[in-house]
Amino acid sequence: MLENESNPTISKSTGLPRKRFYRARAHSNPLSDSHFPVPISPCHVDYSFHYPQLVSSDQVDSNKKIQFADVGCGFGGLLISLSTLFPETLMIGMELRDKVTEYVKERISALRATNPGQYQNISVVRTNSMKYLPNYFGKGQLSKMFFLFPDPHFKEKNHRRRVISPHLLDEYAYVLEIGGIIYTITDVEELGEWMNSCLASHPLFEALTVVELGADPVIKLLSTATEEGQKVARNGGQTFQAVYRRIVPSQ
Amino acid sequence: MDDTQVEAGDNNRDIEVAPALISVHPNQNSVAVAVGSDLRIFDLRGGCGVSLVDDSAQPFHKDSIRAIRYSANGKLLVSAADDKLVKIWSTDSWRCVSSVCSEKRVSAVAISEDGLYVCFSDKFGVVWVVDLHELEGNESLVSRKAAPLLAHYCSIITSLEFSPDGQFIVSADRDFKIRVTVFPKKPLDGAHEIQSFCLGHTEFVSCLAFICTMDYPQGFLVSGSGDSTVRLWDITSGFLLDTCEVGAKAGLLESNRSDEGCSTVSDLCIILDGNLIAVAIQSLQGIMLLHCDLSSRTLNVIKVVSIMGESFIPTSLGSSSHAELLWMVTGVSKLSGSDCNSLARVRVLSGFKKSNPDSVGHELTVMRDDELPGAEKLLEKLQGSVSIEENVFLAAAEAVKTAMCNLLIKKQYSMEKREFRKRSRNDRKIKQ
Repeated sequence: MLENESNPTISKSTGLPRKRFYRARAHSNPLSDSHFPVPISPCHVDYSFHYPQLVSSDQVDSNKKIQFADVGCGFGGLLISLSTLFPETLMIGMELRDKVTEYVKERISALRATNPGQYQNISVVRTNSMKYLPNYFGKGQLSKMFFLFPDPHFKEKNHRRRVISPHLLDEYAYVLEIGGIIYTITDVEELGEWMNSCLASHPLFEALTVVELGADPVIKLLSTATEEGQKVARNGGQTFQAVYRRIVPSQ
Repeated sequence: MDDTQVEAGDNNRDIEVAPALISVHPNQNSVAVAVGSDLRIFDLRGGCGVSLVDDSAQPFHKDSIRAIRYSANGKLLVSAADDKLVKIWSTDSWRCVSSVCSEKRVSAVAISEDGLYVCFSDKFGVVWVVDLHELEGNESLVSRKAAPLLAHYCSIITSLEFSPDGQFIVSADRDFKIRVTVFPKKPLDGAHEIQSFCLGHTEFVSCLAFICTMDYPQGFLVSGSGDSTVRLWDITSGFLLDTCEVGAKAGLLESNRSDEGCSTVSDLCIILDGNLIAVAIQSLQGIMLLHCDLSSRTLNVIKVVSIMGESFIPTSLGSSSHAELLWMVTGVSKLSGSDCNSLARVRVLSGFKKSNPDSVGHELTVMRDDELPGAEKLLEKLQGSVSIEENVFLAAAEAVKTAMCNLLIKKQYSMEKREFRKRSRNDRKIKQ
């Protein structure tokens, strides 16, 4: 590795990390036992490490909690757009691919350095959210969860690897507060139908109305903010979204 | 790199063994022991062995039994095995009243407090529910289908337990998690509402039990784990109330032990509806007795009850709800390098008295074989033979320990071993 001043992985003009040095496979097996540290419980999540300017290490017990989770955040495009839209909200991206997580980490620290005072509310963690979500968030802690362009896993044998599935929705309902919103979008029609039907048949979720969708400023970011979304738009592809609210079940 | 060593690790699957299990009828009418594919039941009231009747199959199970349990009202016994069958037996007729096929191997079973639902978990982390309505009075054999209830994402579920009030179902897995789910009114539609996660264990959770007294009818959860601790939980909030380092305490009390990391808690048993917990620990010859003070919500070690005379390390514990006996079994299926291919040894600890929990431990005695209810007849039925050679015990304990570690602890590979394994993957599709 060369010295810092001529580090080729950082772009000289923007100071941001260059993507081509963080090439990774497009898919990762969520079923494999990867070895990375996992917090024992939500109170073991080190907030001062993720948000050093907003949470100092001596006030760990402050009631400022992560409220948005971008599951499978990829290269972090959505997080960065949301960061300035909701500057007071702590949010975290969760990504299974190690190299991609490294890229997002570098990207955030570069943005923090070039825009003092900004981008302090976003961070990223390498984890398997399908296994360890309850280790990061307590009951009803989140107000928004994002699942943008997840791996479609076409084969029926691999449907249990899909990040939106009937049983995993129980865990998402647990970490979401009542009224919290789950956003999903994909460019694969089959997966779009699957995600929609999983959410529609789950007793703890209800679809947002067209009026509500129109009023939500986050909706248009779904297809424009992420790298995947931009790629789909460039190729003139279609997208399918499903946006649902966490409700109290009717007894 | 040493290829042979890598191979040896993979071949361990062939000698996968199952620990012997014991379960006691809630009114101590009978006692059941499972070793390998054998289900042995002794009728304590009648003083004789029980012959099971199953019109559908012979033998009843074709592979190692992994879970047995009586229902709270004592009318049912459920057995589940690696042959992917869950069998429900009537304890009146000892007939198999229902046989349920599972898609995967079964790891744990539980029966709802009202005896109307049987739940079982498979090795892929899914908990299934079987509806037993209509079973009343109808003793004919019915093949039933199970419906998915809930799932831990691709993790082996190690233990399932209903809360004493029947409101929650609790499931524990090898990923250190305990999940508390509201047991719904219509379980066949799935259980979607998670009450809490009890997080704090740092290794696989091996066993669960509820402590429930007159003062605290909602009950508190106790869990044992591969991290050598027993922990006390409030399930409504998921709060960890107390941790008892039983591994360290066992080592302390038994000063002649030096090796560490082998003090996995293998089973827990609540004695006398009350505040006493018997703990079986791998490599502890005997059991550890804990007292749970529910007013201060603490766990304290009372004493280690050693079993003299033979190397008896229990693999499973059982007790009825009111009797003053603790039943213990040790053993394995398929013991390699021995002439008898399975081993089971039953011991009983007596002297638990409800009146004075403070003085507990003084009157405890390990019953001699001839003092047991049913004496030789019972041992012949449950153990298969009256006497067992001493050298078999340690081999059995070692086999159980290895099997449990292989099953539940994540394997750590060095970088080069990992590369080697990637090259020799066996999950590629074979063209037919």
